[in-house]
Amino acid sequence: MLEVSGLHAHYGRAHILHGVSFLAREGEVVALLGRNGAGKSTTMKAVMGLVRPSAGSVRFQGEEVAGREPFSIARRGLGYVPEERRIFSELTVAENLEVGRRPAPDGMASWTPARVAALFPSLGAMMARPGGRMSGGEQQMLTIARTLMGNPRLILLDEPSEGLAPVIVERMAEAVLQLKREGLTVLLSEQNLHFARLVSDRALVLEKGVIRWEGTMEALMADEAVRAAYLTV
Amino acid sequence: MIFGVTRIVNFAHGSFYMLGAYLAWTLVTNLPRGHLGFWGGVLAAALIVGVLGVLIEVLLLRRIYKAPELFQLLATFGVVLIVQDLALLTWGPQDLLGPRAPGLRGATEVLGVRFPLYELFLIAVGPVMLGLLWLLFHRTRWGTLVRAATADREMVGALGVNQRMLFTTVFFLGSVLAGLGGALQLPRESVNLQMDLAIIAEAFVVVVVGGLGSLPGAFLAALLIGQMQAFGILIFPKITLVLAFLVMAVVLVVRPHGLLGRAPSSAHAAQVVEPPLEATPGWGRILLLALLALAILVPPFLGDFALIVFTEIAIMVLFAASLHFIMGPGGMASFGHAAYFGLGAYGAGLLVKHLAAPMEVGLLAAPFAAGLAGFVFGWFCVRLSGVYAAMLTLAFAQIAWSAAFQWVEITGGDNGILGVWPSAWAQPKLVFYYLSLVLCVAATLLLRRAIFAPFGYALRAGRDSPLRAEAIGMDGFHIRWAAFTLAAVAAGIAGGLFAYSKGSVFPTYMAIPRSVDALLMVLLGGVQTISGPIVGALAYTWIHEQLMRLFELWRLFLGAVILLLVLFFPQGLAGVARRRA
Repeated sequence: MLEVSGLHAHYGRAHILHGVSFLAREGEVVALLGRNGAGKSTTMKAVMGLVRPSAGSVRFQGEEVAGREPFSIARRGLGYVPEERRIFSELTVAENLEVGRRPAPDGMASWTPARVAALFPSLGAMMARPGGRMSGGEQQMLTIARTLMGNPRLILLDEPSEGLAPVIVERMAEAVLQLKREGLTVLLSEQNLHFARLVSDRALVLEKGVIRWEGTMEALMADEAVRAAYLTV
Repeated sequence: MIFGVTRIVNFAHGSFYMLGAYLAWTLVTNLPRGHLGFWGGVLAAALIVGVLGVLIEVLLLRRIYKAPELFQLLATFGVVLIVQDLALLTWGPQDLLGPRAPGLRGATEVLGVRFPLYELFLIAVGPVMLGLLWLLFHRTRWGTLVRAATADREMVGALGVNQRMLFTTVFFLGSVLAGLGGALQLPRESVNLQMDLAIIAEAFVVVVVGGLGSLPGAFLAALLIGQMQAFGILIFPKITLVLAFLVMAVVLVVRPHGLLGRAPSSAHAAQVVEPPLEATPGWGRILLLALLALAILVPPFLGDFALIVFTEIAIMVLFAASLHFIMGPGGMASFGHAAYFGLGAYGAGLLVKHLAAPMEVGLLAAPFAAGLAGFVFGWFCVRLSGVYAAMLTLAFAQIAWSAAFQWVEITGGDNGILGVWPSAWAQPKLVFYYLSLVLCVAATLLLRRAIFAPFGYALRAGRDSPLRAEAIGMDGFHIRWAAFTLAAVAAGIAGGLFAYSKGSVFPTYMAIPRSVDALLMVLLGGVQTISGPIVGALAYTWIHEQLMRLFELWRLFLGAVILLLVLFFPQGLAGVARRRA
């Protein structure tokens, strides 16, 4: 579904990604793991077109999207949930969802505010509340819900567990598994191995802008050497 | 609206307003008289302006949304210059009077005073428009998208919204409203070529005081400033022009983001890291030394006119270098640097006029006057950053300009101060030229020395990473304040010399176009090069001189030069030369 190969990206003169290549198949949850500064968020932004890749290819559903503008990539069915959440704080929950709304492709059940509220019940009760007056966990739910309103086929989920209480993290994991059951493909970036393990099928381990290891989640959990080399602090 | 969504400070908005008035005049006077002719003409004028706005957005602004804000300001100022000359060509220099509005010609009694009906109508138009816009922004999907884009454009794009279309529609509506504003002035005021800069200076103040991007804030600020001016004229008739800008200064100090504005979410602002400032490379030094040698050796063989041009170039080099000092290493955009140039000139001129002081005293007073103003204004300006700081510097320059313009007893107002001539020994043009050259080169070299002194390093550290610089014990505020004052002192020396070279001082020395001159010189040379301001001042003074000599419509050509510069040479001439080397 998503095929990234030889992706390079720069911030100004700093070279961040050095040829990242990986695959995400339809319906699977793939975890992109690595320490702070390994290039996880940059990979997501480069896929989404928010950082223009300096070289390499990003194919989504067989079509080359590298170099396209973010809005045009989003319209092809890629959803992006940023790490910093980026809720429109002056807009109400309902308005935030409205900004994300896009028609569903043929044959797909469209996401509606009601369906989103069924996935995250606490959102349903605060549709008229301004986004700025929500807790961190509620904002995280809203930012996922807002992206879902665009009816994506694949979502890029950047560190959804960051800064959340353990109870909320568990709830977030249930939501991701629910999305997986509904057929959505998920590329998840995480530092929280516990959370990644709950939801992911496969793992990619990133260090200094290069994928160092790739395999199933079980294999990663069995391989202490890899975890010690690239993940634990 | 336009600033909120596109973050572009659009000088051309004043031109849209002026064009609305001119177009309405043409339409209304040519259409059949009566309701349909008048109101139809007014609305059609607004719509035509909207279409022009879209053209400018698509052809110009789209290319520079990611450019530094100063380039955007300059590009839209280029549009202002072009529109001024096109309007002059189309409608001529004389003021035009429009017909009165049908059905609203009379007057009514309000509290025993006769009050024109049309003014009452205009008073109602304001809140009605605010209400309609509020509905548009809160009750339609388009409005929701616009408000979301005001907060975080990039995120809106990542959610699949075509920002380009959104920006263009916002620009269309904003331009229509500007055109409508101008068209509605037709029954009240004559239409003239000064409408654009007059309204834009006030509009900037209103928008900044209200909070950039806040519609109710702008409305509130317009009311506040309108009332201040209306009642101010009763109490301080001499300083009505100053009042608006004083309100702005006070509001920005108490609430740096305006009455109803919020701090921009800097987390998502594009981080521009400036490359390290390098000393001028070897070949560049040789070139500069060759220029200096020419400047010393050639003048004895020149005539008076050429000597005047050479003197002006020397002065402009220092003026540009002083602006470059706060813009480049300081990272603070000043849109009102002419204030310090002009105050230097007035510092000298006033001493001559009121105390008959000799030139030596006048030239000493110039940097003091400018430095004192820089010290006071700088305290306000260096607390803000980006567009806010640029707007505040503009406001202070307008305060200085309006004081010079309105305080006729002291400054001579529009007639200026005449008879500011050098002492007898410096009367010959050649001697005065060498005097200017020595002072300007010395001051420019001192500024350069400061850039590579620990003070200059600290200044740049504060520009590139304010938090880290503070954390290692640098006092960013005081460093920037000192730099601002130093730049003002240097501009004051240039202004003082300029006064004696021209023999006169006028308020135009501090007007917006002169500040733009300085910016153009710096940008033409390249902000992040040391030799930039020198190259820029030379090139710009020469281009300006040629344009004024060759073309009656020099504004048109200057505007076109600005647009070309912004679109094709964003790093300036020195920057391009360095890249090629």
